[in-house]
Amino acid sequence: MLKHWFAGHLALGLAQAALAASVALVVMFIARRRSIHLEKDISLALIRGIVQITAVGTVLVLLLRGPRWTGGLILLAMIFTAAMISARRVRTIPHAWKVSLYGILAGAGSVIALMSLAGVIDSAITALVPVGSMLIANAMNANSLALERFRSDVQAHVGQIEAALALGAVSQVSVFPYAQASFRASIIPAIDNLRSLGIVWIPGLMAGMVLSGSPPVYAAVYQFVVIAMIFSSSSLTCLVSTSLVRQNVFSEADQLLLRPSAHVAQ
Amino acid sequence: MTTELPVLRTERLGRSIGQSLLVSDVTIEVPRGEVLAVVGPSGAGKSSFLRMLNRLDEPTSGSFSIEGRDYKEFLPRELRQSVGLVMQTPFLFPGTVETNLQFGPAQRGRALGPQEINSLLERVGLLGYERRDVTTLSGGEAQRVSVARALANDPVLLLLDEPTSALNEEAKMGVEQLLLEIVHASHLTCVVVTHDRAQAARMADRVMVMEAGRMRKIGTVAEVLGA
Ligand SMILES: Nc1ncnc2c1ncn2[C@@H]1O[C@H](COP(=O)(O)OP(=O)(O)OP(=O)(O)O)[C@@H](O)[C@H]1O
Ligand SMILES: [Mg+2]
Repeated sequence: MLKHWFAGHLALGLAQAALAASVALVVMFIARRRSIHLEKDISLALIRGIVQITAVGTVLVLLLRGPRWTGGLILLAMIFTAAMISARRVRTIPHAWKVSLYGILAGAGSVIALMSLAGVIDSAITALVPVGSMLIANAMNANSLALERFRSDVQAHVGQIEAALALGAVSQVSVFPYAQASFRASIIPAIDNLRSLGIVWIPGLMAGMVLSGSPPVYAAVYQFVVIAMIFSSSSLTCLVSTSLVRQNVFSEADQLLLRPSAHVAQ
Repeated sequence: MTTELPVLRTERLGRSIGQSLLVSDVTIEVPRGEVLAVVGPSGAGKSSFLRMLNRLDEPTSGSFSIEGRDYKEFLPRELRQSVGLVMQTPFLFPGTVETNLQFGPAQRGRALGPQEINSLLERVGLLGYERRDVTTLSGGEAQRVSVARALANDPVLLLLDEPTSALNEEAKMGVEQLLLEIVHASHLTCVVVTHDRAQAARMADRVMVMEAGRMRKIGTVAEVLGA
């Protein structure tokens, strides 16, 4: 219906956005009648949302014209940011951001590099950046889960860990069970995504491809490709980070520094 | 008579964290075969002292040596194999009793044979327990396993941090009796922390009293605790 009235892309887009936003405003008024006041939150979020996504869209247009290596640079910047965000969850672990950085570089970084060399990810910036960012964001989430779980498991098992140390175990061995459990827990979302693909979840990428005119079957297969890459890059990230992080909770002389009260010895 | 090096020698050993002094200036010698009890009020620094001797915590002043060798000359794990530590709570590893006994030797790439397992279990009065899951053990039995687990490393010095204080009255006497037998039969050198002066008197050759991180007194049971 809107298509008949609005000729240009921009005009059509704005009209669609206005209509979608007004539905949100209707919901807001319904909530208001039940004394749930969302006006401020929703209005702000709506404005923020459209400004952010339009800005990104504009940047994408500029990128499309840029040389290919800018895509790599942008992904690298994303990896650094992701490592910082992940590390913020586990401030009690010294140098957690380095662990996260190495993990995400080794996991998401290597999968992106290999897959774009192999041609699975189109190396055109417009494809590389969005697909790469999906891998990085998922690797970041998995890494945060892994490190957070490791921190809480270690703090909950100080007695066992020190018992192992006291019997002559090296630090890596004494926390091995907790690193392993953290890794397992961190890849649950990626595995469940694979399992539920298409049944409880038709991801946005596929929807987008179908909307923009790709053959549905190819869109479906490519969605699987992305989810499978997310699985490998997230798992590889956590495999590396849970293995590296073990050393960071110990002193030079293999003394456990991470304690429940978080008072760090020395 | 040969002048043998003491098994443990501490030299103005101390540890502080920031402004707080946990242990300060402890100088002692423990000759081979002696049982030294460490007594003192709660918060006196007894556990902190013991943990340094196993290097679970780092000394911040002074030093100590094991059989004449400075603690810094050992790799931490080497030192911890020679200096066994039994804590108040056993903190057994999940699995069977045997898994727990094998743990220490496995860190050096050694596996105990069935004979060795049996003799360890016999020493702690748990013959036939090797296949038992540790979750099915009573408090006293679990503590015995943690003693056996420490003995599996064949330590030259055994540190006991209130080994019976988490046990009920009945298990307490059993474990204390057992520790005495083991220590005397194997002529083990031992430092035992206890808040129970009667227990110190029953177990030890000498007693050291700690207060506010410092050594207040050291001497024979009769000298320190009075007869
Ligand atoms: N990591 C730490 N940081 C700061 N203070 C600590 C730390 N560990 C122990 N302390 C303090 O050092 C003092 C000595 O503690 P320690 O556990 O050695 O005493 P203790 O003699 O074993 O007492 P208890 O008989 O209750 O076991 C206590 O005041 C304790 O609060
Ligand atoms: Mg104590």
